[in-house]
Amino acid sequence: MAAWPAVWHETMTESAPGTAVVLSTDCLTRHFGGLTAVYEVSLAARMGEVHAVIGPNGAGKSTLINLLSGDLPASAGRVLLRGVEITGLPAHRIARLGVGRSYQKTNIFLPFSAFENCRLAAQARLPSSMRFLRPASSYHALNEAAEAALAAAGLAARGGVVASALSHGEQRQLEIAMTLATRPSVLLLDEPLAGMGAEESASMVALLRQLRDSHAILLVEHDMDAVFSLADTLTVMVNGAVLESGTPEQIRASAAVQMAYLGGGEAIHD
Amino acid sequence: MSATRGNGWTGVLALALIALVLAFVPLVAEKFYVQFFAKILIMAIFAMSLDLLLGYTGLVSFGHAAFYGVAGYALALITPQYQAANFWTSFPLAIAVSALLAFAIGFVVVRMQGIYFIMVTLAFAQMLFFLFYDTKIGGGNDGIYIDLRPVARIGDWQPFNLDNFAHVYYLALALFVLVFLLLRMVLASPFGRVIAGIKANEHRMQSLGYGTFWYKLACFVLAGATAGVAGYLAAVQFGVVNPEMLGWHLSGAVMMMVILGGMGTLTGPVLGATVWMLLELWFQDITKHWHLLMGAFIVLTAILLPNGLIGLYGSLARRLARNHD
Repeated sequence: MAAWPAVWHETMTESAPGTAVVLSTDCLTRHFGGLTAVYEVSLAARMGEVHAVIGPNGAGKSTLINLLSGDLPASAGRVLLRGVEITGLPAHRIARLGVGRSYQKTNIFLPFSAFENCRLAAQARLPSSMRFLRPASSYHALNEAAEAALAAAGLAARGGVVASALSHGEQRQLEIAMTLATRPSVLLLDEPLAGMGAEESASMVALLRQLRDSHAILLVEHDMDAVFSLADTLTVMVNGAVLESGTPEQIRASAAVQMAYLGGGEAIHD
Repeated sequence: MSATRGNGWTGVLALALIALVLAFVPLVAEKFYVQFFAKILIMAIFAMSLDLLLGYTGLVSFGHAAFYGVAGYALALITPQYQAANFWTSFPLAIAVSALLAFAIGFVVVRMQGIYFIMVTLAFAQMLFFLFYDTKIGGGNDGIYIDLRPVARIGDWQPFNLDNFAHVYYLALALFVLVFLLLRMVLASPFGRVIAGIKANEHRMQSLGYGTFWYKLACFVLAGATAGVAGYLAAVQFGVVNPEMLGWHLSGAVMMMVILGGMGTLTGPVLGATVWMLLELWFQDITKHWHLLMGAFIVLTAILLPNGLIGLYGSLARRLARNHD
């Protein structure tokens, strides 16, 4: 633990004892040409907690997730997983270390059934898929994992449907189900509620609450009701930088956050 | 689940039936037609191997003849002068040469996307073409004659004699069935699901934890080795290898067979190769401008049957099923 950068100590002592930091960033920065999308962001996702990242459009939230998952390389700074630096690793290596992510724009296997989407996701947990002899369908543990993931995301009855024929909301649920099927310990969720109806939204919030106990969750979300009801820690980003970080109460009371949101034409409703 | 399994078994049953019928060809047909059917079987193996890349993984390889031709050259070059090669060593060796070449080329091209993949596979194949065309390694433009076919002797016993055209046919038939069943098994395996996933959405495969590079490379090697089986058989059947076996004309023709029959299935390329060869024979009989007729046929199929001939079978089956209901 001595290797933790100094920035952490403050927040670590604040949190309840026993909650371990799983994924963290240290001054993470990403430039796109002259634009700085993410600027010196340091934050931590802890086991058993939901850490929500909010901010106006263009604040760099999705870029942050892409840096954490390895979809994008960082320009500067570090990403640490359980204290080990993973900056610069390709996305598939990071995924194999237990970091699962979902996408803001639905990113699924459209020609496959919902079940096969999840089965293929579960298959990623095999040490290697360089297996040529037995039919994939005879790996019963993978079939069960796929069924369980579908059920958790509320798609138990829709497994046989081709993904392209699912409704938009169901595709969003499938997105989450696939992420769960890989059995990650860290969940990076990029707007999981976007495009979901009220009912689906409510059950997804219930699912996330349930997942919180056994996962470290980093959540980017625009639905403020959901964010404030779920998050243990909130980080507010504006123009790529962290404006404020703290408990929901602290964020709600923050003058700087109110200013930023009012300035951006948005308000935090509770 | 049970429905797909049922279809799988009817597929195997259909294959067994077709193989049984094909087994009688040498008993009833003249030499010309036996050799013609053997050529169809060889091209069917070749087309199935390309479909692994084209239809299953979504890699448009435009230099697939390289792996076919190089296996033929491997046999020609390891056949000693005035002597016959040993089938049991030359066959695996030729396939190993194709696989090795596919590994080397694949290691470079599999990183590339779209149009660059097409261009660079073509470029590699053409480099190989000119290597054999312009130098004396493989007899230049004329190629190499294999006067003595490989001998398949085990001790004093000779299970088959490749100087006999019927035996060559039976070898092609046996290898065709073997390749079909082998690829069918591989495509149903976890590996097969991974390459299908790469075709559908490679980015998502990576974020799920699949290092797609190695899977694409493995598929490229498997496709190259399988093309090598066809190339070896072709060299045995025709008794000659020449640079055309590596050229882009052949790469293009086999791609047409796959597309004509239907990509992403195993029966599609087999059907495509069969129809292609039959049409070629027929059109050549009618006119020396048979390429024109072939071209017109391809244009028509592309317009009328976007899923290839196998798609026609699918829509017929659906129509029949609807009438039954």
